[in-house]
Amino acid sequence: MTKKKKMTKAQKNEAVWGLVMVAPAIIGLIVLNFWPIVNTIWQSLHKTGDFGMGNTFVGLDNYVSVCTSTEFWQSLLNTVKYAIIEVPFSIVIALVLAVFLNRKMRFRSGYRTIFFLPMVAAPAAVAMVWKWLYNQQFGLLNHIFHTDIAWLSTPSFAWVSIGVIGVWSIIGYNMVLFLGGLQEIPHDYYEAADIDGASGVRQFFSITVPLLSPTTFFIVQTRIIAALQVFDLIYMIMDRTNIAFSKVQSVVLLFYQYTFTQDNKGYGSTLVVMLLLFILIITFVLQKLEKKFVFYN
Amino acid sequence: MDSVRTKDRIVRVVIHVILIIMSVIMIVPFLWMALTAFKTVAESTSIDPFVILPSSWKFDNFTTVWKNYNFLILYKNTLLMIFFRVLCAVVTATMAGYAFGRLRFPGKNILFGMVLVQMMVPPQIFLLPQYLMVSKLRLLDTTFALVFPGLVSAFGTYLMKTSFQSLPKDLEEAGSIDGCNIGQRFLLIMAPLTRSGMVSLGIFTAVFGFKDLMWPMIACTRSDTTSLSAALAKMQGQFAANYPQLMAAALMACIPMIILYLIFQKQFVEGIATSGGKL
Repeated sequence: MTKKKKMTKAQKNEAVWGLVMVAPAIIGLIVLNFWPIVNTIWQSLHKTGDFGMGNTFVGLDNYVSVCTSTEFWQSLLNTVKYAIIEVPFSIVIALVLAVFLNRKMRFRSGYRTIFFLPMVAAPAAVAMVWKWLYNQQFGLLNHIFHTDIAWLSTPSFAWVSIGVIGVWSIIGYNMVLFLGGLQEIPHDYYEAADIDGASGVRQFFSITVPLLSPTTFFIVQTRIIAALQVFDLIYMIMDRTNIAFSKVQSVVLLFYQYTFTQDNKGYGSTLVVMLLLFILIITFVLQKLEKKFVFYN
Repeated sequence: MDSVRTKDRIVRVVIHVILIIMSVIMIVPFLWMALTAFKTVAESTSIDPFVILPSSWKFDNFTTVWKNYNFLILYKNTLLMIFFRVLCAVVTATMAGYAFGRLRFPGKNILFGMVLVQMMVPPQIFLLPQYLMVSKLRLLDTTFALVFPGLVSAFGTYLMKTSFQSLPKDLEEAGSIDGCNIGQRFLLIMAPLTRSGMVSLGIFTAVFGFKDLMWPMIACTRSDTTSLSAALAKMQGQFAANYPQLMAAALMACIPMIILYLIFQKQFVEGIATSGGKL
């Protein structure tokens, strides 16, 4: 109270304005995000009643059944496998492209426009056209390569085919972020290296890679977290009747099916809370790694 | 010196070749989408000979899909969704961003902490309760339902806060000497200076609203209330093997955004990339 009295009239005025101005955003966040987090956790501790009956508290039962179901672990494995394709490939290819484009050259902005194009297309449309390209009988890919491969319905590698679409979709985005990072590296470093006679490849590994590491780390982190939430592509491409379905289904897809198709809210909520925990663990590990590998000026 | 120059030229050519190959890989799916959309089913499923170009450029597939899936309504729904999401997100985020970036008030750190926490949580966790809320309000299958999760933007608040923080301090002092109150200073002096931040946020909100699939699928299940993305998912179930029609629908859904992108490239790339810029 004494603190408040010490506030001058101007400070009080500023405090009131501040609170009023953040109010719409904060109230929105509470209603749309924070209450839902609490509500989802609450639901995960309950069993959804049949035929609209009320929920019954079951403690951690849902968590026990999620953790003992092979379906959940399989979907988590599938999700991680998808990330293992999407994250490294999209990042390495994007980095190479960004380094190429980070100089004066012809058609520079033309290339950038093309690589970024998938970012403005609806994932539903992207998935549809790729499903068509991958079509075993009539697809363009099998025709070009003179093969007869069931790209999307071979359980052993359908996840790779899906991952390729993920890489294709995100290269341009990663590339633009890398270009932003590259522009912050002072040009003198390269000039000095030129005078010393260091080759382009040498410059890349001795100057670009270390000085770009904050950007790279940021992209790695956001890509991993986003890849673990993969849903659109798999939902659109994999029919339930596809024999590779169980080997590709992601955690979010499983969550969608339990929550919204089968109306098993308790179990579905548990799945999404498990995903949250998994992502928090990954984030924590990445923060530890950041201190080790990222070079800050 | 001459050998250095030829080496330089070879490197340049190799780089262009790689970039062109990558460009082809990026373009072909879009091209194939367009070519298939003009074909008949027979042409699209002909293997021997494999048909690359359609025999005639007729718009039959487009008109069929347009009629069967009232595309006009889908465009309208998507446009309204994007419009209100952008409006709400930009207004609330700019106000809050100004307060967080420029004013002192009690609870500021805790409240801003909430903004940061929201950005770290996977958004799927909000879906079921959001759905239950809209359902309880009896507003499923409405424009309100489409807009609902985008009424505020934590990321936008963060973005606008950094925008305001990057402005010089003395601007505002000049305003306060002129006798403006805080609201006037915000509206007349500061907010107009963060226009580029607002544009970025608007484009970001629009593109990701357009791409969103799961929410419209859950909240608006009817084909006359849903968004383009979710309608595509429905069509895939219905037209199953009629790829020319599916590709026509996919193309029609994507074309407006692609045209906007080609016109406002710089803003699009900046808007979408700053989203990743510094989270």
